[in-house]
Amino acid sequence: MKASLTMKLWLIQRLSGMLLGLFVVIHLVTMIVTIQGGVTAREMLDHTSGNWLVGAFYSVFAIAAAVHGSIGLRTVAQEVVGWRGGSLNVVIGGFCILLSVLGLSAVKGLVL
Amino acid sequence: MVNQQETVSVSIWRGDEAGEFESYTVPLIAEQTILDLLTSIQRNIDPSLSYRFACRVGMCGSCAMQVNGKPRWTCRTLVRKVVRDNELRLEPLPNLPVVKDLVVDMETFFDKWQDAKGRFEPGDSVVREFSPITPDDPERKLADEAIECINCGCCYAACDVVAANGDYLGPAALNRAWSLVNDARDDAHIERLRAVSGDGGCQNCHTNAQCFARCPLQLNPTKSIAGLKKKAAMAMLRGKL
Repeated sequence: MKASLTMKLWLIQRLSGMLLGLFVVIHLVTMIVTIQGGVTAREMLDHTSGNWLVGAFYSVFAIAAAVHGSIGLRTVAQEVVGWRGGSLNVVIGGFCILLSVLGLSAVKGLVL
Repeated sequence: MVNQQETVSVSIWRGDEAGEFESYTVPLIAEQTILDLLTSIQRNIDPSLSYRFACRVGMCGSCAMQVNGKPRWTCRTLVRKVVRDNELRLEPLPNLPVVKDLVVDMETFFDKWQDAKGRFEPGDSVVREFSPITPDDPERKLADEAIECINCGCCYAACDVVAANGDYLGPAALNRAWSLVNDARDDAHIERLRAVSGDGGCQNCHTNAQCFARCPLQLNPTKSIAGLKKKAAMAMLRGKL
C-alpha cells in the first residue's frame, strides 16, 4: 500500500509553506532595502530586466504559492462544501496550473 | 442539602436524531453531579429517560455527554460548576449517531480505533530477546503521555475536523496509535503509520486543540497527532510509506 494522496499533498503543502516563509522574508527585505530614497517603476524594471536570478527566485515563489494555495483550497472545498473525489482533484489541478501561469506571466513581465 | 427556594431548569434532548429538547424543573443541589441529577429525573419524573453510565467515579468513560455545549464526564461534573442562570442543557455527544435521548452509538468511534491499528501487534516469531523498556526511556515517556485514555469520546465529540470530515480517524484513535508507535515491543510500526496517513489520517488535523481542551484527563491528542505527522512524513521521505 502506498501513501495516500492526501498525505502526499499534506507534505507538499508543508514543504511549499516552508519555502514561502523564507521567500516572503527575502522579498520583503529586498523591497524595503530597494525603495530607500525612492524608486520609480521604470528604475525597478531596469534592475530586474534580464536578471535571471530574480526570474528564478520569483518563478519558484509563484509556483510554490500556486501549489500551496491550491492544496489548501482543496481541503476547504472538502470540509466546508463537502466536495470530494476525482472532479475536485481535476478542478484544483486546473486552478493550480492557472495560478502558476498567471504567476509566471508576471515574472516574465518583470524579467523579459 | 436541598435548597427548596432554588430550582434548576434542565433542557434534555429526547428521542433520536429527529428528537427535541424537553425541559424539567428540579431542585438545585449544589454538590450534586450531573449524573446524580439525571438519575434523580429518571427515578422521580420520567423513567423513560435514557443515558449511559457504569462506574460513576471517572474510570469507565461511559457517561460523557454534552453539558451546556461542551463534552464532559457527567459523573465528575458538579451541577454548581456548570449551571448558568439556573439553567442546564444536556445533549448527546456530537459527531456520533443518537440512539435515544443521551445515548449515542459508539460503533464508528471504536471502528476507527481498529482502522488506526490501535491494538498491540506482537509479531509472528517467538520472542528470543525481550526488549527492556526503562521508565526513563524517551519513547516510553512519549507513550506515557498518551496511554491513560479511557475511550470516553469527549475529544472526538469536540473535534471540528471530525464534524467536517466523517472519514477522519479522530483524536482518540490517533492518540492510541501514537502510544503504540512509541512501543519498542510492537511489530507493526510501518503498517500503523500507513493506517494513520490514509485519506482520513493524521494529516487532516487542523491543530485547533479542542481535543486537548476538552479531555477530562488533560491528555494532549493534538501533540500525539503532531508526532504522528512527523513520523509519517519522515517515513514517506525515506520511501518506507
